[in-house]
Amino acid sequence: MNTAAPSPSSAQLFATARPPYKVTSLRVLRSEWAKFWSLRSTWIALGLALLFMVAFGVIAAMQAKNQLTTYGQLRGHFAGDTGVGLALFGINFGQLVLGVLGVLVAAGEYSTGLIRSTLAAVPRRLPVLWAKAAVVGPVALVVGAIGAFAAFGIGARIISGTPVALSLSSAGVVRSLLGGGLYLALVAVIGLALGALLRSAAGGIAVLVATLLLVPGLVALLPSSWENDVSPYLPSNAGGSMYAISPASTDLSPTAGLAVLAGWTVLVLAGGAWRLKRSDA
Amino acid sequence: MIESRHLTKRYGEKTAVDRLDFTVKPGGVAGFLGPNGAGKSTTMRLILGLDAPTGGTAHINGRRYAQYAAPLQEVGALLEAKSVHPGRSAFAHLMGLAYTHGIPRRRVEEVIELTGLQAVAQKRAGAFSLGMGQRLGIAAALLGDPATIILDEPVNGLDPEGVRWIRDLLTSLAAEGRTVFVSSHLMSEVAQVADHLIIIGRGRLLADTTVHDLIRQAGGDRVKVAGADPARLRELLAGPGVAITDRTGSEELEVTGLPAREIGSRAAAAGIALYELTPVPVSLEQAFMDLTSDAVEYHGSTPLARTAAGADDQAAKNGSTA
Repeated sequence: MNTAAPSPSSAQLFATARPPYKVTSLRVLRSEWAKFWSLRSTWIALGLALLFMVAFGVIAAMQAKNQLTTYGQLRGHFAGDTGVGLALFGINFGQLVLGVLGVLVAAGEYSTGLIRSTLAAVPRRLPVLWAKAAVVGPVALVVGAIGAFAAFGIGARIISGTPVALSLSSAGVVRSLLGGGLYLALVAVIGLALGALLRSAAGGIAVLVATLLLVPGLVALLPSSWENDVSPYLPSNAGGSMYAISPASTDLSPTAGLAVLAGWTVLVLAGGAWRLKRSDA
Repeated sequence: MIESRHLTKRYGEKTAVDRLDFTVKPGGVAGFLGPNGAGKSTTMRLILGLDAPTGGTAHINGRRYAQYAAPLQEVGALLEAKSVHPGRSAFAHLMGLAYTHGIPRRRVEEVIELTGLQAVAQKRAGAFSLGMGQRLGIAAALLGDPATIILDEPVNGLDPEGVRWIRDLLTSLAAEGRTVFVSSHLMSEVAQVADHLIIIGRGRLLADTTVHDLIRQAGGDRVKVAGADPARLRELLAGPGVAITDRTGSEELEVTGLPAREIGSRAAAAGIALYELTPVPVSLEQAFMDLTSDAVEYHGSTPLARTAAGADDQAAKNGSTA
């Protein structure tokens, strides 16, 4: 089989016309966008995140409705919750799925060896990380927000007429639901940055899960005066302030929470960028 | 044109590439040879800027790889075959690379056709055989229609048809005026396509030569001559650049530096009957092994002797595979 031998026309093409190719940030973004959607794992992760957000939100609303009809008030997990808190009940699961997706987008390049192809095409390297963040963040934001609003919409019908029912026009509802989406976007970008920093899916996921789920529990073991100083600034708690409809007095304000979580994101992303730029691929 | 100047790469204590100097000129295939672990892949990674050199420079047409606005148009590279996400189709993989440069879809389809991947272009790359993976890597290397092509062990694991395909491809790419730089640990493979040979061992340049010179150096232009009058024959053939050895009591001569044809004509002109006129076959593989094991022996007295012995085994192994 000699399909290899390039035809004379391609030889001429080589000798004469050189198309004006050029790497630009926008094109790298286009590339990462296409790469993101061309993997089955992306669709599975986004589907799961959406499913968790909506399903857990709806289940929470149904549980709340039961508790309200049985006891006249919310108990246990849901004590003190309102329609927004119930709608965002699935955010704990959604954050894991989207965070892991973020880790895989970066670490997957290393585990498969694709990174060599990627960096050969974009030897300046950093545009690749920025482009990945610009894909993963907004997509997680959209999916997270859709999940939050859908869970809220369905849940609102279930708990309508109860004291905890809220409508979209109620104060802080839209802000909280969008805050939930934004939190998920930042978690996904943190996952991405961890993947770029550690270059390992297992390592990235482990650190992500530890940061989001284990560290808050560990900090709770600290003496309470310390805990109160540290706890609000943890990524998960700062994020919680972003989507809580009425933050507790010890928590940060939604804006401060966003600022703190954004700070964490920038920090980890800078670490990932440093490793990408400095270390041999 | 690829220029390596004092290129050096150290990983901790280990020096993978040691002050490497060589130039690959356009319009030919240059073979990059050395036993496994000699530093070939590292050198190629340094050229592409995937690894940062500890010292020295590697330039492509006068600039570092990373300085090009459209690097894929400058250099196409096949490093390890599996530089692909197994979950992505061949087409999606190539498209992902193409987007970064604004390379049109038409060109992606072109390289898919060129590498004979049409039938599997929509299949997940993870399901590809080694040969298909290699073709996909080459498709990616050709994507930007680059002036310089770097291939690391392209025939590794390919079936005979695949090997011939690569060979034809390399020859035609060079014929189009491109710079082709191809590594291998098998001399027999490279000698068929390459003229220029760059041979390294343990990170150091052992030889920057041509196939022709290497054959000569290995005593490849030796001819065994047996004739009626060895003494006269000897006089007849003697001249600058010609070496003649004989064995006492034998009418056999070994002549280096004259082609068999010339020897035959001279003998005929002088009326000397020849009983035997045989060019002595030389194994390039042997020449390559001699070269690489020489380097190993040269370092044998240093504290690195243990590593050297390892490289020697490796060279021997390569020889037996050939």
